[in-house]
Amino acid sequence: MFDDFFIRALVAGLGVAFVTGPLGCFVVWRRLSYFGDTLAHSALLGVTIAYSLEFNIALSVFIISSLIALILVQLQNRTNLPGDALLGLLAHSSLAVGLVVIGFLTFIRFDVMGLLFGDILAVTVDDLYIIWIGGALILLVLRLIWKGLFASTVNYELAEAEGLNPDRAKAIFTILMAAIIAISIKMVGLLLITGMLIIPAAMARNISDSPQKMIIYSIIGGLLSVIIGLFSSLEFNTPSGPSIIAAALFLFVISLFKIKQTIKLKN
Amino acid sequence: MSLNNNILVKLNDVGFQHSGKWLVQGVSLTVKKGQIVTLIGPNGSGKSTTAKIALGILKKIHGEVEKYTNKVGYVPQKISVDWTLPLRVYDFMILTENLDEKTIDEALSLTGVIHLKDKSLGNLSGGEFQRVLLARAISKKPELLVLDEPVQGVDFTGEIALYELIKKISDELNCGILLISHDLHTVMSATDHVVCLNGHVCCSGTPIDVAKNSEYKALFGEQASQILTRYEHKHDHVHTIEGEIKKN
Repeated sequence: MFDDFFIRALVAGLGVAFVTGPLGCFVVWRRLSYFGDTLAHSALLGVTIAYSLEFNIALSVFIISSLIALILVQLQNRTNLPGDALLGLLAHSSLAVGLVVIGFLTFIRFDVMGLLFGDILAVTVDDLYIIWIGGALILLVLRLIWKGLFASTVNYELAEAEGLNPDRAKAIFTILMAAIIAISIKMVGLLLITGMLIIPAAMARNISDSPQKMIIYSIIGGLLSVIIGLFSSLEFNTPSGPSIIAAALFLFVISLFKIKQTIKLKN
Repeated sequence: MSLNNNILVKLNDVGFQHSGKWLVQGVSLTVKKGQIVTLIGPNGSGKSTTAKIALGILKKIHGEVEKYTNKVGYVPQKISVDWTLPLRVYDFMILTENLDEKTIDEALSLTGVIHLKDKSLGNLSGGEFQRVLLARAISKKPELLVLDEPVQGVDFTGEIALYELIKKISDELNCGILLISHDLHTVMSATDHVVCLNGHVCCSGTPIDVAKNSEYKALFGEQASQILTRYEHKHDHVHTIEGEIKKN
């Protein structure tokens, strides 16, 4: 069944969408889109290290992204620079260092475009295991920290005062972000992972009135984006990542019309 | 703890410094089960800071906090909820603890906002939101309630009703309440223990100790607000900008 590259890509993409749905909602709620970008950019460094040491890509990306997150926290505590400047510093320097390292690895042929924008041909059966098992683990952990993470997203002081340990939830969430980037990098590509997190969640925000609904719509939006995106990628021979993101954007635009209609109804 | 099971939270000579300036220092107080302890004092006197120290929100504090309960309900003075979140009153009610529908309805009815249950939190007025905050805090049946200006923005009749409700809750649940209030009328009539803050503890005791018995009656009504001003005139010290206290 998984012999066909397209089926593999579809199964991989759907697995990714199940996880980016809920995580993306938190990225939107907690205003972490630039943070997600930074982790994703640092993933390039993870990939190059994986290639040069003949190491598992997902694991290597996960480790490097977590490390970058850790460095960010340290920099925030030790400098007076604003958060977005630090994020920019880490995002671009880790991307640059990653590309420089690729320059040195002349003995390996790199598909840089595939890394940046995703490559459905590259998805192997092993990747499917990583995505579905890794994804299930991410969702399980998210379920466990849900109460504390959600409460502190609404109001940190209430969560802290009423004993939900928001700092721990935040730290675990950061690790989950690194993990989702690690498992989805092959599908969407590192420049577009944040789009996969944010756009379906933004679409869902337009049409939901409760957090649960927003998460469900965000998952549905992600699944539809993957299906539409991959089929058009096959049809028009376009790179998979951009096609998926373009499909997500298409759904977002439709959701805007939904808002207009409700506003009209109210009037 | 074995010596006194009724203590819920005990502050021992606590203080908090921010950018080299003391927001509050040298505060000791105890909240016991079934007791209402009120913090009064002018703006910037460290009331909210003291509450946050008691709740464990502020880290890096001076002194120590002994806390004997994890069942805490908190109504903060300021709450900034980010409206990128689609949140109904119902979702807010179960924010820190899952409750059944009946419990939620009861709490919302008590504070008079049951009709808002499915409304979006962002569309509430200030007073309505305050009632929801109070409902949320009491719905968990906490052992310790920390209420920081719980009736701000609530209309006059509602204010009296809510203070009566707070008193009733403290009796029914036998919980301890740490209350911050500007309403001296309520402070004097419903409180067991008053702590007057001005960057440190100026005085504390029963309401009668704080505002002498005869004055207390005289100060009821329009003159109630003068309790504080008169009291402040008795200061035997001045506060410098750095938060130092100098004896006159």
